Amino acid sequence: MLDGENPSRVAVECQVNGVARSATVQARLTLADFLREVCGLTGTHLGCEHGACGACSVLLDGDVVRSCLMFAVQANGRRVTTVEGMGGPDGALSPVQEAFRSEHGLQCGFCTPGFVVTVTALLKDNPDPSETDIREALSGNLCRCTGYQGILKAVAVAARAGRGAVE
Amino acid sequence: MKPAAFTYHAPASVDEALDVLAELGDDAKVLAGGQSLVPMLSMRLAVFAHLVDIGRVAGLSTLDVGGRHVTVGATTVDSRIERDAELSGAVPLLTRVTPYIGHLAIRNRGTLGGSIAHADPAGEYPAVAVALDAEIRLRSARAERRVGASDFFTGLWSTVMEPDEILVDVTFPRWDGRCGFAVREHARRHGDFAIAGAVAGVSLGEGDRVERAAVGMFGVSSTPVRVRQLDAEVIGRPARECDPEQIGALAASGIHDVVSDMSGSASYRRRVGAAMVSRAWAAALEEAISA
Repeated sequence: MLDGENPSRVAVECQVNGVARSATVQARLTLADFLREVCGLTGTHLGCEHGACGACSVLLDGDVVRSCLMFAVQANGRRVTTVEGMGGPDGALSPVQEAFRSEHGLQCGFCTPGFVVTVTALLKDNPDPSETDIREALSGNLCRCTGYQGILKAVAVAARAGRGAVE
Repeated sequence: MKPAAFTYHAPASVDEALDVLAELGDDAKVLAGGQSLVPMLSMRLAVFAHLVDIGRVAGLSTLDVGGRHVTVGATTVDSRIERDAELSGAVPLLTRVTPYIGHLAIRNRGTLGGSIAHADPAGEYPAVAVALDAEIRLRSARAERRVGASDFFTGLWSTVMEPDEILVDVTFPRWDGRCGFAVREHARRHGDFAIAGAVAGVSLGEGDRVERAAVGMFGVSSTPVRVRQLDAEVIGRPARECDPEQIGALAASGIHDVVSDMSGSASYRRRVGAAMVSRAWAAALEEAISA
């Protein structure tokens, strides 16, 4: 069947990291695969593909979501921010990214995009999180290297840096 | 881990959605937040020729806090329920149970209507619905009906809903007077499916006698459980005379199909369930007494 006639294909129009994107894709294409394969943004990683690991976390209109648990077509008209959209246009690291670097908040780096996105969302809502808040917010992201201590430190450092920038 | 191909429908109104469902019957499945359905599709535990996305249906993501009731629209997301200040005073159990659901990223997409229609026995909202005798409003192109939560759940992932019906909203009663509420859940890790959990509400009358009691259990049976046998035991009795441990044991003894799987044997789940009920009851009672 030709693409144009296939009822399982749908039009997607959304904004990704500030850039308007439109494509005709299979309805079953997840937002994660859309970002990676259609937009070429491979910073969003796919671990489990069923919502357990958090590696594919992105921001949807500023809220953290699992991009493997929604279809690209559900992002129609919405704003998506991936890890590629976290830093400055010149490649400067965001405060969260900078803290992950300085505090050794990553080992193999596979889970890092999901952590960076999740922590960015956390600090936006709660600029001064307690240790419990941080652990709770990160409970949905798995680091298979078990590098959690460095990650926790990175969040604390990013939160301090963020507050410093505001104050 | 890729869903099988399906035809996507994005109706703009409830009527339009009902027409699509009337035409397609059980070839179609309603997609709300997708936090349970999408993984099931990805693992191909479920395959549907058509998905009807109600995420763009106007008027379904409501949260109406009234004087006697709270009505939550089908597509109202968990994180909104978690944060709504007015709701936390009106139906505290809804607010307090929400942080136990998955993780923040899940709660930003997951919906109350989806949780109830999906009817996972470990689901938190279904347990609150049965405990508080919530009323579930269903619509099809044929008719509209309201079903009490205790008649709604029929088995594992099964409800009385027909393939052409949509869950429109769920209405929870507000309790007033001296009352307390609590949630207790045991899972291996935060956000995992509960091994067993309980929600409890108590209201007190004169002399600290129990006026109303609502206890729901989840994770232990094929459906959420409303512990009705408690009523005979506690209503009218001075609250302090009700031994929480006895209440937990009584609640667990009434369940005849305790789940047994890799996260816990039936006897373990029964004991954890009893402990969750007794702790939730004790905490709810403390809150009511100091109210």
